[in-house]
Amino acid sequence: MSRENVLVSAEWAEQNLDTPGVVFVEVDEDTTAYDGGHIPGAVRVDWRTELQDPVRRDFVDRAGFEKLLSAKGIANEDTVVLYGGNNNWFAAYAYWYFRLYGHQSVKLLDGGRKKWELDGRPLTRDAVEREATTYQAQEQDASIRAFRDEVVDAIGAKNLVDVRSPDEFAGKLLAPAHLPQEQAQRAGHIPSAINVPWSKAANEDGTFKNDDELRTIYGEAGLDGSKPTIAYCRIGERSSHTWFVLHELLGHEDVKNYDGSWTEYGSLVGVPIEVGAGKES
Amino acid sequence: MSGCGAPEQSAALPANVDPGKEIVLTGRVLADGQPVGGAFVRLLDAAGEFTAEVVSSPEGDFRFFAAPGAWTVRALHRSGRGETAVSADGPGLHTLEVAVA
Repeated sequence: MSRENVLVSAEWAEQNLDTPGVVFVEVDEDTTAYDGGHIPGAVRVDWRTELQDPVRRDFVDRAGFEKLLSAKGIANEDTVVLYGGNNNWFAAYAYWYFRLYGHQSVKLLDGGRKKWELDGRPLTRDAVEREATTYQAQEQDASIRAFRDEVVDAIGAKNLVDVRSPDEFAGKLLAPAHLPQEQAQRAGHIPSAINVPWSKAANEDGTFKNDDELRTIYGEAGLDGSKPTIAYCRIGERSSHTWFVLHELLGHEDVKNYDGSWTEYGSLVGVPIEVGAGKES
Repeated sequence: MSGCGAPEQSAALPANVDPGKEIVLTGRVLADGQPVGGAFVRLLDAAGEFTAEVVSSPEGDFRFFAAPGAWTVRALHRSGRGETAVSADGPGLHTLEVAVA
């Protein structure tokens, strides 16, 4: 997998705002950010109300994804360029969804909203209308999504990469430090997991580090390239960022995102939990 | 679930936060004494490790919930950058300012 297939630069994006067949999609942590100004022509996907099943804890199903993309005016043959705030957390999450449902051409805007804003590139509040399409999704690609039983079985057998911050990993915090800490589930991490915060893979402007830097980071953390890997965080969006790095940028073949992540695992009865900074790798 | 949706950054604490129980780091980003909205504000732990990031409100406000320890708050904006260190030993509101230049 080469970078050109999965990433576009801000320069490229600005030059291709009006290119037919290229659709920009903003997916934000802060779902109101789009209203304050978005990349010209970009449509918004709300990860909370449009990508999640409203009742069950799961994604929208295949039919729901088809309906969503059709309504957004995204066609199967379009190249979708995803971007968002907070270093592309939720854009990476959406990227993983697009891959999960088999979209052929999907890319991340390197650096997301942050890089775009720091560069002083144009934002607009103009409403965006796109003609509806008839989108057809594939069955979910089970090779990139991990469920809880597989995660429990992976302890000590596969690479488990906990991409949360060190304090969340250690069990001192239950949520990222910009969010209230009120959850009730147990704190800690899955035994045998290595802790490589997602942020290690990003530069300060939100762009991804280069491949050599990335290989060094995960190698030094003890990731065994000969084994399958499962990445997790708290709700599965930061780990999508790391899934993107390992699977799409570095080309590791067997990498799954565990979207149940700590909010599920830390609430399971009877599973092993480790607290503290973990073993030195 | 509230998930990881970015909470609105403002000086007033949300009703569900008890500063008697949580360590709250709150403050403003300033340039030449004026509030700077839209700055990328990140919290770094004692080892300099990235912990969280928010975007400052139009009034320059930001807020983090932290564990006890020494923290650095760094702000990045088109107009410049700056950082402020803070030591938070126990629950309560810790107020700080970050000047960018």
